Amino acid sequence: MGFFWGKFVHLVVVVLAVTAVTFVMLDLLPADVAHEVAGQSATSRDVAAVRQELGLNDSVAARYGRWLAGAARGDLGTSLVTRQPVGEAIASHLPVTLELLLLAQLFALALAIPAGIVSAWRAESPIDRALGSAAFGLISVPSFALAIVLIYFFSLRLKWFPAIGFTPLSEGAWPNIRGMILPAVSVALVEFASLMRVLRGDMIATLREEFILFARAKGLPTWRILLRHALRPSSFTMLTLLGLHIGNLIGGAVIIETIFALPGIGRLLVSSIFSQDYPMVQGCVLIITVGYVAVNFLVDICYGLLDPRVRKEGSVG
Amino acid sequence: MTTTAQRLLVVENLSVSLPAARGEVRVVDRVSLSLERGRTLALVGESGSGKSMLCRAIMGLLPGGARRTGSGRVVFAGRDLGALLERELNRIRGREIGVVLQDPLSSLNPVLTIGRQIAETLRYHLGFSSARARERSIELLRAVGIPRPEERLACHPHQLSGGMRQRVAIAMALSCDPQLLITDEPTTALDVTIQAEILNLLGRLQKERNMAMILVTHDLWVAAGMAHDTAVMYAGRIVEQAPTGELFARMRMPYTKALFDAIPRVDDPPHTNLKAIGGTPPDLAALPPGCRFAPRCPRVQTRCRAEEPPLVANDREDHRYACWFPYPSEDSP
Amino acid sequence: MGRKRGAAFWLPLAWITFVVLCAISASWLPVPSPDQIDWDNLAVKPGVAGHLLGTDTLGRDIASRLLFGARVSLIVGFLAPCIGLVLGCFAGVIAGFYRGLAEKLIVGAIDTFLAFPRLVFLLVFIFVLGASLSNLTIALGILTAPSFARVARANTIRFAGREFVLAAKAIGAGDVAIILREILPNVLAPMLVYMLLVMGFVIVAEGGLGFLGLSVPSPTPSWGGMIAEGREALDETPHVSMIPTAVMFLTVLSVNLIGDRLRGQVDGRESQL
Repeated sequence: MGFFWGKFVHLVVVVLAVTAVTFVMLDLLPADVAHEVAGQSATSRDVAAVRQELGLNDSVAARYGRWLAGAARGDLGTSLVTRQPVGEAIASHLPVTLELLLLAQLFALALAIPAGIVSAWRAESPIDRALGSAAFGLISVPSFALAIVLIYFFSLRLKWFPAIGFTPLSEGAWPNIRGMILPAVSVALVEFASLMRVLRGDMIATLREEFILFARAKGLPTWRILLRHALRPSSFTMLTLLGLHIGNLIGGAVIIETIFALPGIGRLLVSSIFSQDYPMVQGCVLIITVGYVAVNFLVDICYGLLDPRVRKEGSVG
Repeated sequence: MTTTAQRLLVVENLSVSLPAARGEVRVVDRVSLSLERGRTLALVGESGSGKSMLCRAIMGLLPGGARRTGSGRVVFAGRDLGALLERELNRIRGREIGVVLQDPLSSLNPVLTIGRQIAETLRYHLGFSSARARERSIELLRAVGIPRPEERLACHPHQLSGGMRQRVAIAMALSCDPQLLITDEPTTALDVTIQAEILNLLGRLQKERNMAMILVTHDLWVAAGMAHDTAVMYAGRIVEQAPTGELFARMRMPYTKALFDAIPRVDDPPHTNLKAIGGTPPDLAALPPGCRFAPRCPRVQTRCRAEEPPLVANDREDHRYACWFPYPSEDSP
Repeated sequence: MGRKRGAAFWLPLAWITFVVLCAISASWLPVPSPDQIDWDNLAVKPGVAGHLLGTDTLGRDIASRLLFGARVSLIVGFLAPCIGLVLGCFAGVIAGFYRGLAEKLIVGAIDTFLAFPRLVFLLVFIFVLGASLSNLTIALGILTAPSFARVARANTIRFAGREFVLAAKAIGAGDVAIILREILPNVLAPMLVYMLLVMGFVIVAEGGLGFLGLSVPSPTPSWGGMIAEGREALDETPHVSMIPTAVMFLTVLSVNLIGDRLRGQVDGRESQL
């Protein structure tokens, strides 16, 4: 259990540090929030009143403490621009990002696992070289450039998918997913390449292990050896990378969200920064950081599920 | 001479090559042997002599790059294994030929439970239901002397001791009642006290099940205690082969003798110099033209350096050796 | 060694050299100014009316914009990793050499920084200090520092236990001398190769910012911005977006290929030790 708690404390410390740094950074921004909130025609007295009301006269530390206390109760404050509760705004944007994220990872894994296995099994063969070159090319394509190319061919020329726009799930599963496929593929193809390369490398190492020879001596068919005996011990680095991808995507899919006009967290964050909607920025940063840290935490737990030897060390340390 | 029907495994003229910097290297060179049901054959030699590679060639599990060369054949229970498809070979491996490898820690999959790993052969080869496979797994673990087998099924390999792991590996090899058990240095990685237990277990199981067994070892004493027949390998070739008793009574090939003399003995006075074999095994890429052992041989003569001696039986039908100037047959150690 | 580098090394190198030469000589090349508008030839195809690669939707010469945009991509792509390398090396070597509390603090800072949403950092940095090429470079440089620090730390730990370092300690060399003379030269080789990979990442990141309109302020062209500008007319005049996309892809691919090849050689040298 010590292992678990150590990780957990680390997680909390990182979240606190990141939100505190954000607070300080936002405080550095030149604009006067009170002016913005009070409006164009406000007198200096109105501005002062707003400043008082928002508690802007207090020190950064005091305001951070107040924000933290609110966040602990689940209250992230109210948007300065729309007057909408921050929690509510995040709750409406988060599902879009999560859907994009989930689909992208599914696509990436669905491609990377078979491709990685085949490349490792037939290492140095023409198919391995072809996959390796494709992966190398894909790693060098920025996802937004890929998105443009995909839109051009699959939306504009072939008209298979809508070029932009998000359809809520309430209007049907297929329209919703249809709009998500190109954004998810844009993200997935780039990730696929790195996942595949990592899986291939680890899998080649695993296939040299003696337990693979032993499994073959047991007369098991190749697919069974690859999937059952070799894949699991080879998936650690891939899993770590997957965690990093997910963690970065929670707030980092802005460009894809912008290209496809998806109302996700990334766009909410950017527009909040532009409109200097501090509570909103703060709320987004909190969610993104918690997501990033939580994913890494989950990856650590997955190690234990994948490899019983890690589980043992974990329970002792 | 036994009839062909009784001979479970016949290896004829088998050669295996590995690619090397300068052309190919023959790691197994024109090896012939045969094995009957219920008998144990020990393959003895230094590391690198090709004994493990010979076993892998028999099973059709050569490492990447290695391949069989020449016209050699491996006939198992009447079937030429070299002519079978991978799929057909898989029906034989694990089912009719069981294998135990040297290091039980690395030969068991670290992420799967013992139960899964035993049951998978039963389910795949024999089509057992999971309940029946579990039952049979427990029987097997009990047969190899594992206490409380029900509890062990849920264990992962790292939770067991080395000896226990090797017992589990043996249970897996035996799960489908193979006719031939190939054990590749099954005790080398284990503690000395455990080694004897495992060897006793293997000997008992071999007798009970009337299996044929190939026991690869670098230890002549293991061969002496376990095997009906012993074949000595050097640099990819069998250099001497005989029933174990005969071999120990009358070693003809100087290499066999040297190997025997290299073993420290209990009755040696303290500080006796170990008679390690002088020199090193030859570079397979640059073999001497004559006998491969000639550069290290105490009895070497001109002919040895020029002509390679064939592996033949001279005065006894069942004692073959490859030497131009063997020790006389009455010269027993 | 004598390992052949082959076309997969020389072709990318030739491309990078070409792009660098173009970027340097952009001002003297016979192309229109990047913000000069040719009203008669809006979004024309390559080769029309003397526009080698055509014009964008505002009638500006694409070839010229690519040349000037290359300056931004290359300056940011080269200098930002340099900043990251220096900062990361400093932190990583100290953490790896002294271990203990210093290492704990530095690793904690790295973890926090990696968990920090990059975009927030970039946007706030640029908001506070103003959008300019130098601020963009510094911000991206700081962003790459943590991963450099990780590489530096891992390599320092590896070398700090080697005989030559222990020997230097034994003859009483000071910490600074050991770090500068024994550790740094050894750590730097893998770091420089890693820098090539980071360069590819930074060029992509700059492109992404340009795409969002957050790179260098207009009218200076940037490749990412050009791709974004062509997006509205993607259906009718795809070349406006596709040409900068292709140029960017080739450049990043070249940097990655060179990095990959060099990394193979550094690894090879390591394994021979």
